[in-house]
Amino acid sequence: MASLNALIAVCLAYVFLLFCVAFLAERAGMKGQMGWLLRSPLVYTLSLSIYCTGWTFYGAVGYAARSGLEYVTIYLGPSLVIVGWWWVLRRLVRIGRSHKVTSIADLISSRYGKSNALAIVVTIMAVIGVTPYIALQLQSVTSSLAIFAAADDGTFSQSTDASAAGFWIAVGLALFTVLFGTRNLNVNERHHGVVIAVAVEAVVKLIALMAVGAFVVWGIAGGVSDTLERIDASALGTWQIDGSRWAGLTFLSAAAFLCLPRMFQVMVVENDDERHLQIASWAFPLYLMLMSLFVVPIAVIGLDLLPAGSNPDFFVLSLPLSQGREGLATLSFLGGFSSATSMVIVATLALSTMVSNHVVMPIFLYLRQGGATQSGDVRNVVLLSRRLSILGIIGLGYVYYQASGGSSALAAIGLISFAGVAQFLPAMLGGIFWRGATRVGALVGLGVGFSLWVFTMLLPSFGPGVVLSVDTFQNGFLGIGWLRPQALFGIPGIDPTVHAVFWSLLLNAASFACVSLVTFPHPLERLQGAQFVNVFQHSAQTRGWQVSVAESEDLMIMTQRILGAREAQLLFQREATMQGRRGYLPEPTPDFLQRLERELAGSVGAATAHAMIGQIVGGTSVSVQDLLAVADESAQMLEYSSQLEAKSRELSQTAAQLRQANDKLTRLSHQKDAFLSQISHELRTPMTSIRAFSEIMRDTEGLEDREKAKYANIIHVEAIRLTRLLDDLLDLSVLENGQVTLNVQSGELSDLLDRAVATAQASESREIEVQREALRENVQLHTDLDRLGQVFINLITNAQKYCRAEKPVLRIEVSQLGKAVAVDFIDNGFGVPHASRDVMFEKFSRVGAEDGKGAGLGLAICREIMTRLGGDVTYLDGTGGTGFRVLLPQSQALAAQ
Amino acid sequence: MAKPGTPLFLERDGYRRRRMMDAIRLLVILGAGLWMIPLLWPTQGVADGQAVPTSKALLYVFGVWWALIAISAYLARRLGRIPAQTDDTGAL
Repeated sequence: MASLNALIAVCLAYVFLLFCVAFLAERAGMKGQMGWLLRSPLVYTLSLSIYCTGWTFYGAVGYAARSGLEYVTIYLGPSLVIVGWWWVLRRLVRIGRSHKVTSIADLISSRYGKSNALAIVVTIMAVIGVTPYIALQLQSVTSSLAIFAAADDGTFSQSTDASAAGFWIAVGLALFTVLFGTRNLNVNERHHGVVIAVAVEAVVKLIALMAVGAFVVWGIAGGVSDTLERIDASALGTWQIDGSRWAGLTFLSAAAFLCLPRMFQVMVVENDDERHLQIASWAFPLYLMLMSLFVVPIAVIGLDLLPAGSNPDFFVLSLPLSQGREGLATLSFLGGFSSATSMVIVATLALSTMVSNHVVMPIFLYLRQGGATQSGDVRNVVLLSRRLSILGIIGLGYVYYQASGGSSALAAIGLISFAGVAQFLPAMLGGIFWRGATRVGALVGLGVGFSLWVFTMLLPSFGPGVVLSVDTFQNGFLGIGWLRPQALFGIPGIDPTVHAVFWSLLLNAASFACVSLVTFPHPLERLQGAQFVNVFQHSAQTRGWQVSVAESEDLMIMTQRILGAREAQLLFQREATMQGRRGYLPEPTPDFLQRLERELAGSVGAATAHAMIGQIVGGTSVSVQDLLAVADESAQMLEYSSQLEAKSRELSQTAAQLRQANDKLTRLSHQKDAFLSQISHELRTPMTSIRAFSEIMRDTEGLEDREKAKYANIIHVEAIRLTRLLDDLLDLSVLENGQVTLNVQSGELSDLLDRAVATAQASESREIEVQREALRENVQLHTDLDRLGQVFINLITNAQKYCRAEKPVLRIEVSQLGKAVAVDFIDNGFGVPHASRDVMFEKFSRVGAEDGKGAGLGLAICREIMTRLGGDVTYLDGTGGTGFRVLLPQSQALAAQ
Repeated sequence: MAKPGTPLFLERDGYRRRRMMDAIRLLVILGAGLWMIPLLWPTQGVADGQAVPTSKALLYVFGVWWALIAISAYLARRLGRIPAQTDDTGAL
């Protein structure tokens, strides 16, 4: 028989080995060596195995011995969760990494607006839910020692020696956790020592269980088929599982897998690379499958071989012992020891982080208002509070273990604990998938779920008459019939576990959803919600801090106290370099404050980090005004850009207009040049004639009278031509300057046209046939008739001069256009070239450049006159010849009644 | 939600990867469905010969387990290295 002392010696050696491994891993991690191992997906997968605790190692066999295959549901749930990693785990890990989440309490608090109240609630619930579980681990180790002792010589006293063993185990675990769990503060610097030790223990427990299983199947039962026959022949031989428990427990274990603080710690917080999930998605189910493969055979053979009344929870130990296999039993003991210790270490680490970040630190900060920048090293305070939390939690577990007396079946506590932490599920999943989830909703949901869990599961577990009276069990709380702890709402007959899980989670989720629907989140909550839910779209960060108030130096001092001087200086220097500044102090931009808060959150949790920066920056980071300012800013930018667009449109329009104007100006300039040469020509031709003929008359002797008269006549005609030209110029200049006075008279349009046609035909030698419609011309005018006549004459003369038709015809059409009267002069010529149309009303513009007769002033004068008279003259398109329209406004054209 | 600029249709490789992701998403539903089939097995009030023997149940549950592990491993391999920065659709 293996002596107890030998076992203890082996155990101590094993513990020593673990310390060494952890120590080496920690050193390698600090030096940056062995990254291939420390950051490998294999280690990640193995570290997930802390899901399999002492409860699993020993309890699963006991569970199977009592209820057959039902034990397997505890593994099916996690297998499904990790096989479906793409749905939830990937998202959780991404959020955990981008927001530097330190624990599940931190995740929930951070999601709901960095609410510390929520963090405290989650922390307390986690401590209440997990402490019994830690006690359970202590119990499993001491009980397994007792089994050995009983097999040895029976000197091991259940009461005194067991509690002493429990005490020393607790001390050892606390020591290990403090040593390797609080070595560094920043959770994002992984706990390499702990993770490696956990991975080693994972291998040990797997090998141990498989060794016992193989021994049972091939050593005792004699092969697989024999084993299966023995299983069928045993009391567990047929499928007798309650369907509701099968489904309910699978769901519960899946929920607990996501929500257990220790699972969150290894799965999300210690995750180094999102892609490790990809490997774990098949490797971890494989691990779970192997862990549960031999459970039923061990249970069946144990029930067969061991005397009735032996505790089935420890068949894994007692079966090899009964067969005289002490080595195997020792290995098995180490497996159970590993399962228990690794769970306690990680669970304590996770809980202590939560307690210190969400309970101790806020109280510390509250007690020292404005204290983060003052004297005292916050870093040490955080570490100290975390160490004390570790001691406190393990101590609590030990006290619970002592108090409970180690009697109840292991599996029961396990399930109660699962159901307790599963209450986080609605708030967590709602938080990462639903932007509408609010803080109040989460608080109410957690509160409802937790109270129901306490009432229907935790308190009844102590048995009738212990905490809840027998009367309460039978007649309901305070005698209210539908408040019976195991038959809520008067529905009896449901399995108690399924009953508690179903009602607590259902009402938890329902109240969470309903309250979320009717409440309104505050701004920070909405920002965080959007970031958590849309973590894959934008890993951008919440904008929040006001810039001007924060002092870089204060921030630096505070950061040094949390991260340590060297890290803080490195961080600040990096930031300063990024901002393009020399030295250590970056500008406290909102971006920088954001990153700093994340860094600090990695050490002390989101809510505390937020509060600490808040102390320096001053007050709440995000007010509605800030949000409005941000919104305003973006609205302004939107408006600005649309203004820019409009402006650029306007600019291109203006540019086009300018180009047109420029073209016109260029043409006008050409025209002016042409006109100047023209006008000098026009002036010089008569002047030359006048000079030449006057010189002839002066110098030539003996001119005949007839010749003198002829020459004098030529001089006279040329002088008249000059005068007319000068008159025109003068006229135009007067009109343009607005100095003209109108001589308003009344008269008939037809008379005016008669006179104009007669005058034009008299002055111009070329014949033109004029077609008119006398009836339509019967319009009474009240305007300056002389000026209007001048316009008509000009237009008719133009037609006479420029109409190139063989038999020129001019139609004069009068028509009523609304209230105005239009007089159209349309000839059968070739029209005006398109290019000339927009300049032909300008001064000096001459359409037919080859024709030297006019000075190009006629149309300009017409337009000026018509403008003065309040009408207009325009070129008329599409007439088949050259057409002009004179438009007389109504006031000047009174239709003859 | 598609980001602006994400193409509506993908080239062959990208398309295959998306379908692998779909398969990963669906696998868990398949697993849950298969493991809930025992709910349909008779439990009470059946004649001795009619009840499902535990050995069969054991083989079924563990068979499904093996299958899930194998398919999951195959899909994880087929998916290849997912880029560090992906959105929900796996697009960069």
